[in-house]
Amino acid sequence: MLSIVVFLPMVVAAVLLAVPRIGDRVSRWTWVVVSAIEVVLVVGLCIGYRRTPPVDGGFAYEERRSWIPTVGSSYHVGIDGFSLPLVALTTVLFAACAIYSLRETRRVRFYAALFLFLESVCLGAFVSLDLVLFFVFFDLSIVGMYFVINGWGHGQARRAALQFFLYTFIGSLALLLGFIVLYLAADPHTFDMVELTEANPLAGNGARGAVALAAIVVGLAIKTPTVPFHTWLPPAHTEAPAAGSAILAGVLLKLGTYGFVRIAMPMLPDQWRRYALVIVIVGVISVLYGALVALAQTNFKRMIAYTSVNHMGYIVLAIGAAGLVADNTEQARTLAITGAVTQMVSHGLVTGALFLLAGVLYERRRTYEIDAYGGLAGQAPVFAAVTAAAMFASLGLPGFSGFIAEFQIFTGSFASAPVYTALSVLGILITAALLLRAYQRMFLGESTNGAFPDFTRREAVSIIPLMLGSVVIGVFPRFLLDVIEPASRMLGVLVVR
Amino acid sequence: MDQMTDDMMVSDLLALAPEAALALAAVLGLLLGSFLPRARQWPVRVLAAVGAVTTIAMTVTVWQRDVYTLFEGSYGIDTATNTVRITVAGSILLLLAMSQPETRGNARESEFVVLLVLGGLGAILLAGANDLLVLLTGYLLASIPLYTLTAFGKDALGTEAALKFYLMGALFGTTMLFGATLLLGVGGGTDYPLLATTTYDAPHAVLGIGAVAVLSGLLFKAGAVPVHFWVPDVAQGARPAVAAIITTVPKLGAVVAIYRLGALVLDPSGLNWRLLLAIIAALSMTLGNFAAFFQTDVRRLLGYSTISQVGYLLVGVVAADRSTLALPAVLLYLAAYALTNLGVFAVVCALPRLRTLTDYTGLIRHKPALVIALIVCLLGLIGTPPTGVFVGKLMVFTAAFDAGFGWLVVLALINAVASVFYYLRWIVPAVSGKSAVDGERPGPFSVAGAVAYCAATASILIGIFAGPILNAMQGSLAVP
Repeated sequence: MLSIVVFLPMVVAAVLLAVPRIGDRVSRWTWVVVSAIEVVLVVGLCIGYRRTPPVDGGFAYEERRSWIPTVGSSYHVGIDGFSLPLVALTTVLFAACAIYSLRETRRVRFYAALFLFLESVCLGAFVSLDLVLFFVFFDLSIVGMYFVINGWGHGQARRAALQFFLYTFIGSLALLLGFIVLYLAADPHTFDMVELTEANPLAGNGARGAVALAAIVVGLAIKTPTVPFHTWLPPAHTEAPAAGSAILAGVLLKLGTYGFVRIAMPMLPDQWRRYALVIVIVGVISVLYGALVALAQTNFKRMIAYTSVNHMGYIVLAIGAAGLVADNTEQARTLAITGAVTQMVSHGLVTGALFLLAGVLYERRRTYEIDAYGGLAGQAPVFAAVTAAAMFASLGLPGFSGFIAEFQIFTGSFASAPVYTALSVLGILITAALLLRAYQRMFLGESTNGAFPDFTRREAVSIIPLMLGSVVIGVFPRFLLDVIEPASRMLGVLVVR
Repeated sequence: MDQMTDDMMVSDLLALAPEAALALAAVLGLLLGSFLPRARQWPVRVLAAVGAVTTIAMTVTVWQRDVYTLFEGSYGIDTATNTVRITVAGSILLLLAMSQPETRGNARESEFVVLLVLGGLGAILLAGANDLLVLLTGYLLASIPLYTLTAFGKDALGTEAALKFYLMGALFGTTMLFGATLLLGVGGGTDYPLLATTTYDAPHAVLGIGAVAVLSGLLFKAGAVPVHFWVPDVAQGARPAVAAIITTVPKLGAVVAIYRLGALVLDPSGLNWRLLLAIIAALSMTLGNFAAFFQTDVRRLLGYSTISQVGYLLVGVVAADRSTLALPAVLLYLAAYALTNLGVFAVVCALPRLRTLTDYTGLIRHKPALVIALIVCLLGLIGTPPTGVFVGKLMVFTAAFDAGFGWLVVLALINAVASVFYYLRWIVPAVSGKSAVDGERPGPFSVAGAVAYCAATASILIGIFAGPILNAMQGSLAVP
């Protein structure tokens, strides 16, 4: 069942590529239909998961087949409270992008195939329970996104794509190095995540453990990205097509943060605790630096890209704080981790929506410069309202998912890292200021520069559901938190063992 | 007593049936070729294909047999030899197919085929050699046909490349002979099992010089730094099909020969050969990659890329005998590399008029399938999962780390990143941009193109079915 969910898009992508006679129209609608089917399948997964949740530390829909037994690697997939929300997010966001891209005209067959391929790869990474398998999907996501930026981006797309590829590829290889160290430390040697988590192979091994943690953290930090590894992100986001940016920010960045909770924390608990303060500091710097640099942007898309650095910073802060043992309780730890995972989902929805909104701007006027727009609220009221909602959601206003996430992160982190948490709250202030300022300049006041048509049906159908999702999580968070919390509690226990 | 040695002789000869099939195909091909009319020599090609298929079939039937040596320990038959037999024979099949546009109907078609088969046979002998003299024979057989092939096009570039290749090859052949003499002097023999026991007490200076001299010839065949400089010239100067042969086939034998020499002779002798090889591996990767950066000619670029790939392979050889993963890792990598490299060259052969990277601009509009095959193979060379080379790299790196060469692994990873750059310089124009010229008008069906599709598919399949393949490649080297 899980494998079908993962590989269905890839199979359809292969068919799209293999049959050259398929026209643009058919390609587009195939894409939309397949991504809709994926959403339905994942809803089915969720229902089944709620009905029979796995035991603590266990996985639902587990499948395991021998793959490379020589190195103890298998095709092992499964779902728990961390992966399910992200799997759901992935399918929703890809469906939104499919609908949004209905107007795409350039090489549609390849475009659709590429996105379907990416969807498979992202889903695969979130459900992998084997390090090699995870790495395979992780790496392929880079390849897929590279071609999206390179083939359909604008401006300096080629350069941005190359920079993106090289940078994140370095990260993935650092990750591979860490995986190899973990593999060799385990006895018997294995790449299986469940076995490695149980074995905790590098407990008490200072030097090797530090090497493994450093390699894995650098790899994931590049993907996340946190300061100082964020420099690839703004150009990649700015030059990518709207749907590509939405996927990049909404899903691919989550591979990094997901890796922290799935791999780094449970498999290297000793080292994680020892260096937790470093992680916390990196998180806080990302929060503040991302917000401050975003404040200085005149390009709307770049600004959102930098707020991603800021939002990812909260996640890093929370998982770092969860590793601080002093003054920390199990409850606070659970809260911080739950907040971090909620933030992943929330950021995916909200930033995905914001990038698609940026795409709407670009389609109308071919620029992202904030100063090129003014008074849009009068001309395009629906567009203005949705953008306002997305911006408020992004700055963490109550009633939206971001508030739930950030509230949990701050309360969960405060006890163990009060100063750092207090500092990072400043980040909210700065993002509030910059988002409101940008909104004011673009949407309020006198309209300038001619006509600006409101949402088309396609745009509305793709973007509004993302915002609705954020509101639903913001108002009724329990259904999501009930899924995440058991896994968070489990992880909290694993980290302090 | 005599009766018994005769029986052993016969059984030894029978065990060499896979090699014999290729040798027979070459000899018969030569005869057949001299009787056939110049313009219709395709039966020779068929004969060679039959020979290669026979080699594969006969190797498969003996795969499960225990490891053993022949002719008083001078030739080893084990998983390593068997893998090289199958890989070389498979490569010959692919090369026969992809060289078609170039050599089909050529007046010297049968010469081309025969030389190709002989070169392949030499590579197999290199891999199986368990004695310095057999090793030298293998070296010569793997070299001389290739010198000739390099000049096959009879053009200025090819002739120059052939001359360079030949002079270098002769030099290192002699060096090897010199090294073998030294080892014979201090070890009292040329077969590996004997050398393994006698060299421990030998004077280290002489032993070291001898070992380095022998290694230098093998490194030359493998195209590793510091004896690599012929590779890009030959890759660029020779015909694309010939370049494909030279950058693929001899490596298969040479790398296994280095592995065997290192594990069986140098390790017991107490020389620090691992460090030496690790340095060579590091230099090959780094130099190959950095020199490839700004190449504009695709074949020259592939020449440098193949130097860097040998570096990664040697990373695995460094771990020989220290990690149980080393042997299957190197063998899997070799097989996957051969397929992937041939896949790229098949694309080059299918488009012989496109010489530079910019010639490939916008090609995806005209030949989407071929470009996708090219992308798969180039990404495979980078080591992107789930291709076979990725699994090979993963295993090789793991083995080297296990053997205590963490620094080398880190260096190899950095190199892998650097290599992305120049492979992308080829991929990027191919998938984007408008083609300046109208490009190659597609023929209805191109054999070289079909080879490219097969190689691309197979390189992914090796990755997906790496488990069973690796299981089959487990094993140890043959020691009498």
